[in-house]
Amino acid sequence: MGQAVVDVNDLSRSFGRKIALDGVCFRATAGQVYGLVGANGAGKTTLIKHLLGLLRAATGSVRVFGFDPVREPVRVLGRVGYLSEERELPEWMRIDELMAYTQAFHPTWDASYAGELIETFGLDPSKKVRELSKGMRAQAGLVAAVAHRPELLILDEPSAGLDAVVRRDILDAIVRTVVDDGRTVIFSSHLLEEVERMSDHVTMLHGGRVTLSGALDDVRHSYQRSRVRFAEHFEQPPVLDTALAMEGGGRAWSVVHSGSLERFHHSVLALGGEIVESRDATLEEIFLARAGRSRQPVEAA
Amino acid sequence: MDITINVTDGVPIYRQIVNQVKYLVASGLLKPGEELPPIRTLALQLKVTPNTIVKAYDELEISGVVHKRRGSGTFVSEARPHLALRERRRIVEQRIDGLLAEAHQLNFTADDILRMVRERKAAMDPAADAEPKEVEK
Repeated sequence: MGQAVVDVNDLSRSFGRKIALDGVCFRATAGQVYGLVGANGAGKTTLIKHLLGLLRAATGSVRVFGFDPVREPVRVLGRVGYLSEERELPEWMRIDELMAYTQAFHPTWDASYAGELIETFGLDPSKKVRELSKGMRAQAGLVAAVAHRPELLILDEPSAGLDAVVRRDILDAIVRTVVDDGRTVIFSSHLLEEVERMSDHVTMLHGGRVTLSGALDDVRHSYQRSRVRFAEHFEQPPVLDTALAMEGGGRAWSVVHSGSLERFHHSVLALGGEIVESRDATLEEIFLARAGRSRQPVEAA
Repeated sequence: MDITINVTDGVPIYRQIVNQVKYLVASGLLKPGEELPPIRTLALQLKVTPNTIVKAYDELEISGVVHKRRGSGTFVSEARPHLALRERRRIVEQRIDGLLAEAHQLNFTADDILRMVRERKAAMDPAADAEPKEVEK
């Protein structure tokens, strides 16, 4: 426990003139679940591709289990399980062939675990990948990603476009990976409720930069959502210190704010208002507040 | 174990588990000596990271609600009456706080609420309490 499984330092990457990653630092220690969140194009997939050695670090460094995944792919990839958003699987293979093929790369392959998962998912081993539904493809990809019991499981938008049953299978796989002797999971998702439940740590990317990173409970604790009532009506959102996002109208407003509660309270009082209720913000509220901030700043100068 | 997680109410998940286990113990739905589900089982049931369950069980152990037996599991501790009382009070007080906040919004005073509580109690259970009834507000 406590050992660095992934260590990304000051990683930057551009595709042509588009900056995909900008000075990203990211660390993962054993036995923890890491959630990556961010809008489409924020850099999540690009970061993941660096961890897998599919992209070479132009500036900065990437280490997985202490190795550079581009220079020592065998030492890294044998210990990693990966499910991509596109779930690139060989279309012409049957499921049982896919398993035999994947097994060949992984000496730690656990055939009985693979068999158990295939049975639980109700997959027909004689079916070809191209005949599978979207959900079945995800399940087959999941078996291939976890049956060698990887020390590091990386899932890129594993839930995208899947129904509740398959999403549950994926969450179960995450739980099993972590419970069994402290292995590590990194997953990206746009389903913030899922991230909130499954992550010990969360990293938020925005325009290729890390805008937020830390233990989930700490992150949430540093943002509050308060309901505020004023004596007078406001047509426009009132300007409040430390506020990041506001909705409501007239006398009643709901505000997501960060930092000092006292500063916020002061500025509410100064406008003749009172705080009706305060609680830690949810990840979704934080995400929307941070994303909205660049469009429409409501923070006081 | 009957636990419900709500990710929209702003309370950390481990704390929701701690509160609900304390409630189950205080209300007698979990009995002293009874075993809590293993971490893996509860994590799979609730769809939360196993470390959250570890954190919740650790906190329950620190507050004396459960104890761990080496090599086996996590068990509800023998009844500690003052603890149960404190916990029962806490549960009711939380509800009272919510009630008072809402009453304040609707312009009722604490005295109004006290009177209304007695009225409701009398209406639910007419035989138990022979106090004269007021019917206003």
